[in-house]
Amino acid sequence: MTPSLVDLGAILPELLIVGAACLLLVLDPITPSSKKDLLAWMSLGALALCFMVTIGDLNHRVLAFSDLVIIDPYAAFWKLLLYVISGMTILFSMTYLKEERIELAEYYGFILLSLAGMMIMVSGADLLTIYLGIELMSISLYIMAGFKRFEAKSIESSAKYFILGSFSSGILLYGISLLYGISGSTKLTDIAQAVTSRGFDDPMVLFATMFLIVGFGFKVSAVPFHMWTPDVYQGAPTSVTAFMAVASKAASFAAFLRVLLEGFGGVKPSWQGLILVLCIATIALGNIVAIVQTNVKRMLAYSSIAHAGYALIGIVVAGSVANGDPIASGGVSSLMLYLAIYSFMTLGAFAIVGILRRGGLEGEELDDFTGLSKRHKGAAFLMMIFMVALAGIPPTAGFMGKFYLFMAAVNAGMAWLAIIALIFAAISAFYYLRVVMVMYMREPSAAQENETRLAFTPTTSVVLACAIAGVIILGVFPGPLVSVTTSAVMSFP
Amino acid sequence: MAVPISYYVVLSGLVFLIGLVGVLTRRNIIVILLSIELMLNATNINFVAFSSYLGNLSGQVFVFFALTVAAAEVAVGLAIIIALYRHTTSINVDDFRLLKW
Repeated sequence: MTPSLVDLGAILPELLIVGAACLLLVLDPITPSSKKDLLAWMSLGALALCFMVTIGDLNHRVLAFSDLVIIDPYAAFWKLLLYVISGMTILFSMTYLKEERIELAEYYGFILLSLAGMMIMVSGADLLTIYLGIELMSISLYIMAGFKRFEAKSIESSAKYFILGSFSSGILLYGISLLYGISGSTKLTDIAQAVTSRGFDDPMVLFATMFLIVGFGFKVSAVPFHMWTPDVYQGAPTSVTAFMAVASKAASFAAFLRVLLEGFGGVKPSWQGLILVLCIATIALGNIVAIVQTNVKRMLAYSSIAHAGYALIGIVVAGSVANGDPIASGGVSSLMLYLAIYSFMTLGAFAIVGILRRGGLEGEELDDFTGLSKRHKGAAFLMMIFMVALAGIPPTAGFMGKFYLFMAAVNAGMAWLAIIALIFAAISAFYYLRVVMVMYMREPSAAQENETRLAFTPTTSVVLACAIAGVIILGVFPGPLVSVTTSAVMSFP
Repeated sequence: MAVPISYYVVLSGLVFLIGLVGVLTRRNIIVILLSIELMLNATNINFVAFSSYLGNLSGQVFVFFALTVAAAEVAVGLAIIIALYRHTTSINVDDFRLLKW
């Protein structure tokens, strides 16, 4: 069977992104190193084009390639978010790569390839497409984590990411093979039927669910599958870390939610408890271990683990009632809102870490932030806003995101879960505000005065402006985004 | 006489378990890579066995994809291991300690 034009039209954004990525890889060797920025602008152009195409998908639902791919508002929402994240990452990387003397424009090609993987993941209606998307995303990210190949730390993080990433993919794939054995198909709808009729007492169903949850647990770095996160985030180039922490997490959550709700919507009580345990463990461990970190990148890694824990509340809520119930939709839409907000906060914080330089190196230790407000008022102020937002203090978007998630939990009759999350959010304020304290209350030493500088360029200013606008505007007027997420969920079972 | 499906499932379960334990206990990064391959191939046994048992081809199609992905993964993985060896002159994961494991 040959794919029809309708099918190809449905995956037009993916085709554009993959095409642009291939073009970048070909153009890279023949572009003089002074003109590498052109390639970055080209990838931004491709993203803008895809943005236009995908906006049109926000209100219709199409199945393509004999139900392998689904284009619905839910997928469109995630894709739009991923374009924004990738665009900001590329803009930020233009400065960062120069500072780090990484003059390989294939970097942008890999960002686009990994983005293509994420797009396939979020619009996969079949475990085959979801698996291929995950692998395309992960393999590109393994390479990107090791992009500073002259630096042992970067390669080491890449190796650790590779080992644990492919290990988790193996577990996920084994779960998929068991599901195929149960249902004779890898389509989520067929799996839903088979799983519902067999029930959860069937050991095959039980094992398959466990393997899938473990596999996705690694990808979203839920405790106890989080151990790769701090090492990889610390060692990878900061621009890549930001991309991994935000984009890959968003895409993994999108696919995880779709698989659980569409494939396992009929046996919700059986997996909801498991996710609940993961959720509480993730919130607790992420926040507590972050307290003792002295490296800001590592601290942000634990913070991203903790935020994955908050986001899991959305899945727990969606798993507590039948599909289609307004409470379940509330859980899904608050998760989408939370991850969108989290993206802006985290990208902003990583961008500040990336442009703060100590000599020829990155200023990634907490010490490097000492007295930043005396030297660079603007940067210190922006970092303060991002930290306050990550801690979830109003009037920033971080507060709004947590508010909607916790309200969803309360509506589902799980007020105790909201209270636990709230207590740990209060604990998290300690390590976020410590950064603010170090910046504003400590005097920098003479050496720090001389050695640190900020690599501000027009492109990084744009990135920071976008991030801060996202954090403030979504905090004060979350209405439009809330309505987008709410209507996107309507297409969802 | 056909071999019952349960034999295949048990076989693939064993191969998967050997791979899983290998990843968790071995210290040589090449052996870890081989163990991951074992896990992926256990999956392929499952897919092919179920495909033949159910008389349904989509499992075999999945195997083609899984094989291709595994090959791509190994290519990237070996490249990373070589780059790592240049820095540490070791392939023992206990020596990779720049970042707290």
